Amino acid sequence: MRLEYFEMIDRFVEWKADERWIKSESKVPAASTVFEGHFPGFPLMPGVLMMEVMAQTGGWLVSGITGFTGLPVLAAIKEGKVRNAVFPGMQLVTEARIVHDGSGYAIADTSCRVDNEIKADARLTFRVIPYPSKEFYNTMTAWAARLNFPLKDFKK
Amino acid sequence: MPTTFEKVADIIAETCDIPRDTITPESHAIDDLKIDSLDFLDIAFAIDKAFGIKLPLEQWTQKINDGQATTEQYFVLRNLCARIDELIAAKGA
Repeated sequence: MRLEYFEMIDRFVEWKADERWIKSESKVPAASTVFEGHFPGFPLMPGVLMMEVMAQTGGWLVSGITGFTGLPVLAAIKEGKVRNAVFPGMQLVTEARIVHDGSGYAIADTSCRVDNEIKADARLTFRVIPYPSKEFYNTMTAWAARLNFPLKDFKK
Repeated sequence: MPTTFEKVADIIAETCDIPRDTITPESHAIDDLKIDSLDFLDIAFAIDKAFGIKLPLEQWTQKINDGQATTEQYFVLRNLCARIDELIAAKGA
């Protein structure tokens, strides 16, 4: 996880393509410029970034079920709750499950845990927008491979 | 048994907090009811669930953008409900 680069996911570790569900892992870095401001002398993972971890986990899942035909972008957060604090060094386990696969959009229920304790959860809506170029498909699939995203399992 | 329009109007009223009695079959979802594209996703989700269909929003948007259709054809509620009925019929065929 590199907060400054919005690289929120280290790897995908478990999935059930037929249930349209996936789990990712991310280790919160011990140090980050983010923590210099949030907060000085009391580093605390911003809740909005926990939403981002869930959005990225759900976003990759939407990419999978739509066959990497467009880019899922976060459109809405429903019932977003930050339930407990997350500190540097903690290992986040984030899950996403597709609730609805619509035309040009998808909805996923997501949650974020540490040692099985719930830290945040939300229902997220994604719009799926066209890739900006044909090459972007290669960018996304190569990135997915680096994250251990199970491309073949989700291929339609 | 409620009609398609009655169910859709109820969904719109509940989802977008619009007074139910202002929603008529001639209402244009965008121009009259001022529903934006993000709120329409919530409506589409509710319609998809309620009727067991998948509104082809991408296809409709493409046709409008290409000049092959007007927004009235899809977003005036009378027409929207006719499309929903067609999708339900196609599902059962």
